[in-house]
Amino acid sequence: MTSATPKVELKGVKKSFGSKVVLDGIDLAIAHGESLVVIGGSGTGKSVMIKCVLGILKPDAGQIFVDGKEVTQLSGRARDEMMRKFGMLFQSAALFDSLTVWENVAFGLIQGHGVPRRKAKDIAVEKLAKVGLGPEVATLSPSELSGGMQKRVGLARAIAADPEIIFFDEPTTGLDPIMADVINDLIIATVRDVGATTLSITHDMVSARKIANRIAMLYHGKIIWAGPTAEIDRSGNPYVEQFIHGRADGPIKMEVRR
Amino acid sequence: MNIFAAIGRMVLALFEQTGRLFLFALDAVTAFVRPPIYWSLIFQQILRIGFFSLPVVGLTAFFTGGVLALQIFIGSDRYGAEAFVPQIVALGITRELGPVIAGLMVAGRVAAAIAAEIGTMRVTEQIDALTTLATNPVKYLVVPRLFAAIVSMPILVAIADSIGIFGGYAVSTQSLNFTGSIYLKNTIDFVTNQDISSGLIKAAVFGFIIALMGCYNGFNSKGGAQGVGAATTNAVVSASILILAANYVLTSFLFSK
Repeated sequence: MTSATPKVELKGVKKSFGSKVVLDGIDLAIAHGESLVVIGGSGTGKSVMIKCVLGILKPDAGQIFVDGKEVTQLSGRARDEMMRKFGMLFQSAALFDSLTVWENVAFGLIQGHGVPRRKAKDIAVEKLAKVGLGPEVATLSPSELSGGMQKRVGLARAIAADPEIIFFDEPTTGLDPIMADVINDLIIATVRDVGATTLSITHDMVSARKIANRIAMLYHGKIIWAGPTAEIDRSGNPYVEQFIHGRADGPIKMEVRR
Repeated sequence: MNIFAAIGRMVLALFEQTGRLFLFALDAVTAFVRPPIYWSLIFQQILRIGFFSLPVVGLTAFFTGGVLALQIFIGSDRYGAEAFVPQIVALGITRELGPVIAGLMVAGRVAAAIAAEIGTMRVTEQIDALTTLATNPVKYLVVPRLFAAIVSMPILVAIADSIGIFGGYAVSTQSLNFTGSIYLKNTIDFVTNQDISSGLIKAAVFGFIIALMGCYNGFNSKGGAQGVGAATTNAVVSASILILAANYVLTSFLFSK
C-alpha cells in the first residue's frame, strides 16, 4: 500500500436483518486511487456493504473510515459534507423520473454543491459527452432512454461533481455483452479522468477482470479472499475457483430446493 | 399455535409501528427548520395538493351543504323549527363537515398520490440516489409535501365552507321557499369567529396527517409494484382513520368549556 491511510476502510462491520446475518465482520481497505472489485454471488450482502459505507443503512457493529475519519456516527451537516466526496452508479441507474436527463446529471451540483443552474447545465452536457451521449439527449426524460443509455446517464451523474470515491453497483448487469464492454471502458476512462478511488460490486467476471486493480470475494458475510487481479486465477481458494469458473459443484452450495 | 404468542406479536408490532411513525414525524418536523428549504418544491406541491384538489373538494362541499339543508328542513319541520336551517347548516359546515369532508377527499387524492410517488422512488432506489447526491431525502421529499399540505388545507376548507353554505342556500331558496336575503343574514349573524377558526385549525392538522401518512407509507414501502400498491392503500386508510379520530379529539379540545 502506497499511502499510509486507506481512502475507505471497513473494520469488523456487521449487519443483520432480524435473525438473518448479512455482514458478519467485514474487514476491507481501499487504497487511494485503487480500483477494487468485490465479487460474490447474489444475496451475499454486496449491496448491503455499499449501503453501510454510504450511510443508507446503519451497521450493527464495526467502524467505517473515510480518509481516516470514522463516519458511522456522522449526521446532519457533517454527513452531507462527507457525502460530497462520493458518487454512485446504481444497478437500475435510479434516475429521477420527474426530472430531465440534464437535471439528473446536474442534481448533485445544484443541490449538493450550490452550483447555479445555467453553469450546472453546461457541466451536465459536458459530462454527458464524456459518456458518449450528445446534447440532444439532455432535455429528454429518463423513461425515453434505453437501459444502456440510462446506465450511461447514471454514470454521468455519478461523476458530475468530480467525486473522490465512486461506487459501482453491478454496472454491467442486464446489459448485452457489447454494451457491457462499452460501460466497462467508460468506467475505466472516466475514473482515469477524475482520478477517483473506486469500489465496484459485481458477479460479472469479465467486467471484474477488466476494471479491477484488486479483487476481493465476499462469501457468507465475510471477505474470504483478496488480492491483485492477476492473482485471481491462482488464488488456491476453492470458493474463488468455483466462482470465477462458474461451476455448480463445489464448496459453495446454492440453496435450491428440489 | 399459541394464541397468546400471536396476540403478543401483534401488540409488539403495533408498538414498533407507532414508534417508527413517531420518529419519522419527529425527523420531518425538525427538518422543517434546518436549511436548506426548497421553496420551489414547496410551491410546486401547494399547486398539486391545494390547487388541483379544488374541484373535487368544491363539488363535495356543495352537495354536502345541499343535503344538510334538506335533512335539517325535513327533521325540524316536525317541530315547526324549520327557520333554523341556515344557522344549523352554517354551524355544521364550518365546524365539522367542511374540514372532515375536505380532509377525507384530499386524503383519498393526495395521500395516495404521495405514497405511490415516494414508494416508487423507494423501490427503484431513487431515494438512495438522493442520499448519494448529498441531498437529505426527508428535506427534499417530505418537508415540501408536509409544508404544502399544512398551508393548503385551511385555504381549501375556507373555500369548502363558503361553497357548502352556498349549497345549503341554493337548496333552501330554490326548493324550500326560503328568502335569499334572510337566509344569508341569519347565517352571517349566527356564525362566530370561533366556528370558522376551529374548522381551519382542524384543517391544518388534517393536512399534516395526510402528508405524513403519504410520506411515511411511501418511504417504508417494500418490494415492487405490489409493495407500492399496499403502501398507497395503507396511506389512504390510515390517513382517513386518523382524520376522523383526530377530529373527535380536536372537537372536544377546541370546544371544551
